[in-house]
Amino acid sequence: MSNIAKAFENGKAFVPFITCGDPDLETTAKCVVEMQKAGAALIELGIPFSDPTAEGPVIMEASLRALEAGCTTDKVFEMVRKLRTEMGVTVPMVFMTYANVVFSYGIERFCQKASEAGIDGMILPDVPFEEKDEFDGICKNYGLDLISLIAPTSEERIAMIAKEASGFIYIVSSLGVTGVRSEITTDIPSIVASVRAASDTPCAIGFGISTPEQAQKMSQSADGVIVGSAIVKLVAQYGKDAPEHVGEYVKSMVDAIK
Amino acid sequence: MPESKGRFGRHGGQYIPETLMNAIIELEEAYNHYKDDPEFNKELTELLNDYAGRPSNLYFAKKMTKDLGGAKIYLKREDLNHTGSHKINNVLGQALLAKKMGKTRLIAETGAGQHGVATATAAALFGMECVVFMGKVDTERQALNVYRMKLLGADVVPVTSGTATLKDAVSECMREWTTRIDDTHYCLGSVMGPHPFPTIVRDFQAVISRESKAQVLEKEGRLPDYVLACCGGGSNAIGSFYHYIEEEGVNLIGCEAAGRGIDTFETAATINTGRIGIFHGMKSYFCQDEYGQIAPVYSISAGLDYPGIGPEHAMLHDSGRAQYVAVTDEEAVNAFEYLSKTEGIIPAIESAHAVAHAMKLAPTLPKDKIMIITISGRGDKDCAAIARYRGENINE
Repeated sequence: MSNIAKAFENGKAFVPFITCGDPDLETTAKCVVEMQKAGAALIELGIPFSDPTAEGPVIMEASLRALEAGCTTDKVFEMVRKLRTEMGVTVPMVFMTYANVVFSYGIERFCQKASEAGIDGMILPDVPFEEKDEFDGICKNYGLDLISLIAPTSEERIAMIAKEASGFIYIVSSLGVTGVRSEITTDIPSIVASVRAASDTPCAIGFGISTPEQAQKMSQSADGVIVGSAIVKLVAQYGKDAPEHVGEYVKSMVDAIK
Repeated sequence: MPESKGRFGRHGGQYIPETLMNAIIELEEAYNHYKDDPEFNKELTELLNDYAGRPSNLYFAKKMTKDLGGAKIYLKREDLNHTGSHKINNVLGQALLAKKMGKTRLIAETGAGQHGVATATAAALFGMECVVFMGKVDTERQALNVYRMKLLGADVVPVTSGTATLKDAVSECMREWTTRIDDTHYCLGSVMGPHPFPTIVRDFQAVISRESKAQVLEKEGRLPDYVLACCGGGSNAIGSFYHYIEEEGVNLIGCEAAGRGIDTFETAATINTGRIGIFHGMKSYFCQDEYGQIAPVYSISAGLDYPGIGPEHAMLHDSGRAQYVAVTDEEAVNAFEYLSKTEGIIPAIESAHAVAHAMKLAPTLPKDKIMIITISGRGDKDCAAIARYRGENINE
């Protein structure tokens, strides 16, 4: 069993996301430490991309700030290495980024460095099932899970995707891009039921979740809850002072889904 | 085993969020159903002929030929189409397809505004809702086209993210499409994006070379030696090349926008300065940095100001079947003025990139060679910007 799958073994998993390098990588690293302390089961590290077409304005703007501040893929690898070797972070971590960041670096070279640094998997929102082989084979060679996404529009594709999924399955809660939503209207339980019929891989729900109440509700139908934009907003608001606030927020979410 | 569809050599594919996959599959199935449907093709041909004014003329540019003193030059006059460019060819096809699919709303990106105007026009004709995404920078340099789109009943959304130009307008369309799929067709304007768009747009633009081939055979009794077209995403270029790809003696030349020069950062010449990558749904060549971050590109032409190129062009470049040259702002502006004065034809600044390369190439060729240049659009929209470039303020 992969480290990622293990993250879902101790009750409901809270999965926070953070954009690396906003406002700087030192702050990102401190936030990750706080997330672990607060009880995060798995952490998503966003490697910024110049043109993130699946993101709403909050993560898009954070990505651009991070790039302007000089964040690069190599610097993110170095931060992850430090988190693992010097800062005591043991929870599984996955990269979330775009196909070109990995492809342009060289898929093999990227996976090798990610794996050496201590990464457990990757989420590439612009690599659907039909295009995954190019990435998945190499990921497997380096012990990385390439996380599959399922959307409200996936319908008859769910079984096909779920059968080949590893690590966990990322269920996209709503149409559209990432970002805080006041209401999620998708019939999540029926999507989860279709996934369960095809696979034992744990399911986590993301997109649009920001409040403990939403997290609590979503966690009833799935194994975990993913939150990105709400955390990235806190970082934007508090800058270098963000780690403490991020820690408190993550704790409130972890408590809500217990 | 998953199957990667829509490949052109190693390029193409469908690199899009899962949320859009069923919409793309639905589009592919509908297109495969209608593309050989006689009723669909009859309707489309009537629209192209009676509404858009096809076939477009193949005009012998006698004065230009004499002045340059080399190859015999013909102009394929896409500027004479309704709405003023080749964009209408693709838009009428896609709008008709969208209507057959039961869609009631079209969204589109636009750079220079020509594709936006064409989409707004088709939406008005078919009684569909229309939203056009346009980089804020482009709404300023193409204010006339913004007004035209609004006049036609479209909503124009200025895009402020990133570089606020064409690539950001494409990204915003993709975001909008993931938000609202059921009633909406994304009317993509170039031979780019995820499969099936590069194929659909190429097939609808291939009318350019289908006509020009018949026209040149009628006028000259033989095929041309050179076909030139400007190339951003590459829709007029692939349309101009398509029916000559199998004809080995015909040299195909795509003219990219070099901006201030391919040795500067202010360029949009993808084949000349980019490398292979994955972006906007496709694998192809892109202007990018060492970490795969998409580069901010620049050209005086808002329509060529895009950091990528369609996957079929990437393949034609890899195989050597087509050649891609870079043309600077200065050369394009000179050509814009030259064609206006020499032939009384004001070309779009995009098309002027192809004219500029012809001005270099034609004098080096013997008089018995034949060259076709596609004039992809008319230049009225560019007059204010060219005046500014020349230091003149015409108070548009």
